[in-house]
Amino acid sequence: MTEHSRITRRTFLGGLGLVGLATGAAAARRLLPGDATPTAHAQDGPHADHTSMTHNMVEGDVDPAANGFDPTAMLTDFDYGTVSTLPSGQILREYQIIAGERLIEIAPGVTFPAWVYNGRVPGPTIRCSQGDRLRITFSNGSSHPHSIHFHGIHHPLMDGLEPIPSGGTFVYEFDAEPFGLHLYHCHTVPFRRHIHKGLYGAFIIDPPTPRPAAKELVMVMNAFDTNFDAENEFYAVNTVAFHYARHPIPVKLGELVRVYLVNITEFDPVNSFHLHAGMFDLYRTGTRLEPSEHTDIVTMGQGERHILEFSLTFPGQHMFHAHQSEFSELGWLGIFEASESGSAATEFTQASVAGICDLTPRTGGQA
Amino acid sequence: MSEQTTIQPEVATPRRRGASSLLWALIPLLLLGVLLAILVITGAGLGARTAPPIEELTVDRITLPAPGQIAVEVTNGGADPVTVAQVQVDDAYWAFTISPDATIPRLGRGTITLPYPWVQDEAHFIKILSSNGVTFEGEVAVATRTPPPDARTFWRYALLGIYVGFIPVGLGLLWYPFLRRLGRSGMQAVLSLTIGLLVFLLFDTIAEALEIVATTAGVFGGAPLVFLVALLAFLALIALGARRKGQVVSRLGVAYRIALGIGLHNLGEGLAIGAAFASGSAALGTFLVVGFTLHNITEGVGIAAPIAREQPRLWHFVALAALAGLPAVAGVWIGGFIYNTLAAAICLALGAGAIAQVVYEVGRLIVRQSDEEGRPVLSPATFGGLVAGIVIMYATALLVPA
Repeated sequence: MTEHSRITRRTFLGGLGLVGLATGAAAARRLLPGDATPTAHAQDGPHADHTSMTHNMVEGDVDPAANGFDPTAMLTDFDYGTVSTLPSGQILREYQIIAGERLIEIAPGVTFPAWVYNGRVPGPTIRCSQGDRLRITFSNGSSHPHSIHFHGIHHPLMDGLEPIPSGGTFVYEFDAEPFGLHLYHCHTVPFRRHIHKGLYGAFIIDPPTPRPAAKELVMVMNAFDTNFDAENEFYAVNTVAFHYARHPIPVKLGELVRVYLVNITEFDPVNSFHLHAGMFDLYRTGTRLEPSEHTDIVTMGQGERHILEFSLTFPGQHMFHAHQSEFSELGWLGIFEASESGSAATEFTQASVAGICDLTPRTGGQA
Repeated sequence: MSEQTTIQPEVATPRRRGASSLLWALIPLLLLGVLLAILVITGAGLGARTAPPIEELTVDRITLPAPGQIAVEVTNGGADPVTVAQVQVDDAYWAFTISPDATIPRLGRGTITLPYPWVQDEAHFIKILSSNGVTFEGEVAVATRTPPPDARTFWRYALLGIYVGFIPVGLGLLWYPFLRRLGRSGMQAVLSLTIGLLVFLLFDTIAEALEIVATTAGVFGGAPLVFLVALLAFLALIALGARRKGQVVSRLGVAYRIALGIGLHNLGEGLAIGAAFASGSAALGTFLVVGFTLHNITEGVGIAAPIAREQPRLWHFVALAALAGLPAVAGVWIGGFIYNTLAAAICLALGAGAIAQVVYEVGRLIVRQSDEEGRPVLSPATFGGLVAGIVIMYATALLVPA
């Protein structure tokens, strides 16, 4: 057998509610108090034989070291720039962004000829506070012309519509306005190709009075068309399909979690985010400090971005994924693992195998 | 001058044959070897290859060996090795194993096994992604469990082959006593009818061979392969049946050769039926069998026609029916258990060549008979028979569900 026959992976995601309703029902029944026996699912009924073996999953894993970037590290990797103070007292933040070409691994064993900002997809998460002066030195190290177009309020000449030729440099300079969650991307034609090949990133402008302390995570919903037929083969947050399913995100029970969610998915009109076993406050575009909605699904067009805030009440694995079944089955699916300690999480475990039955909330729950 | 140089060896060779002539035969090959070595080593001035590899993977066959299990057989017909990185079923990534290896060498084969809860009677689509993200697709048209290769399936497949091959051909041969009672022009008409139905089968066989060869990896040659195999089969059978001037063609021999050609054709039909059953697209079942049975009954007439004036022993009829009909059994077995599109296309091409050869033989019979009687070859009887043969085959082919 080859490296592709990783049988151990098969205990993963089997009998998931998404996959088979019958299995989901069986698992739910066992969660009721007083039925705590952790029965192995494989002994359960005629379907057990194949549901315990079937998995909506990619084979293998991507090595972040070889790939040059780690989606787990990207979640909390904020680039505040080189900070100094201007004579006027205004904060100056200077950033260096280089466009390049690079073969990246977007799913185990599948490479994609990406165009990258600073060697990664998505590019660095640029973070600053409202009113800061931003000076972004852009160098084009790629063989094609590129640019950076920032969302927000600035002079049209700083808008990134002019392509910077191969080998060229341009300095974008403007004041960070308004506070909220924005994005930046290449605005060179052919537009669609420049976007879907990877030239985009998140751009966070913090309000003058910072938001409450929280575990902050950046998630850029993206997708890849590997055979160039204008349809995506892989969907993900932060590029690598199923990464956060393989490597769940540890979360502390009751801790405030803030997700900076950006949708840059090309070819599909919308993408979405759905949280399992929890609800979140939604701050549209992050431009207000009051939530506009309390929900568990948000659907977004390309370029839309929102801030999500939630805390998890029950320990265990909370799935999150696009609520377009197709996208989730093509890679856009992950897990938050909530625990008392909030320490490193393990791979997803089926409820039927774990035999979890404690239904007592560990925290006061959300307001 | 040039004429002299070319003629000279002819005259002088008898003494010089042997080692030196062998050397002359080898020199171009040696030079070719040197050239290839230079090309490989230096790149022949074309520069290093920068383009990504051109990947070509062909899905040969998809089977559903058990509930919740899908097996996909693939062939790499491209210039470079292909590494199977991920597999989708119905737009969802799915766990899989691949044997013998995820990297399939040029002209190599691999079998991908997926645990997947396929749904009875519904369609499923397989998409295979290479390490470069290139996709290759396959389809399960109607999902149903592939019959396991056990004794019961063998017997069921054999019965299928007997129903569509042996029985109709045998029934057709029962027209023999009727044929014996026909007059000379009636006989000419029946021989022409034989040609008509053989011509139909010839086109039908070639069309099917082309259809199948189109699904094989392109490297194996595609359509030209079919035509060349058919041509070679035709010429080989002509050469085998060649007789010295004046020697009379044995009509029984012609009948056997018709039976062989029809047998190869029926082998092809068997392959199609077996593959259809294995892949589930033959939920059509009985209708398919009835169609083929009616379609093939005329083939018996074709075999009996040349021997209507002779009195072969009874066992010859059994042998003829077996030769023409039983290959269908082998075809169903092969198609159902080890379907290989390339082998199927070659079998059909051989069948086409064999049929063309018997068209030629029977045609000569008709021409000789017409000459003896001083009648034109294309008389109302012969032309009518030809048309009737084609029309009957066309009409009965309508009964076979596509």
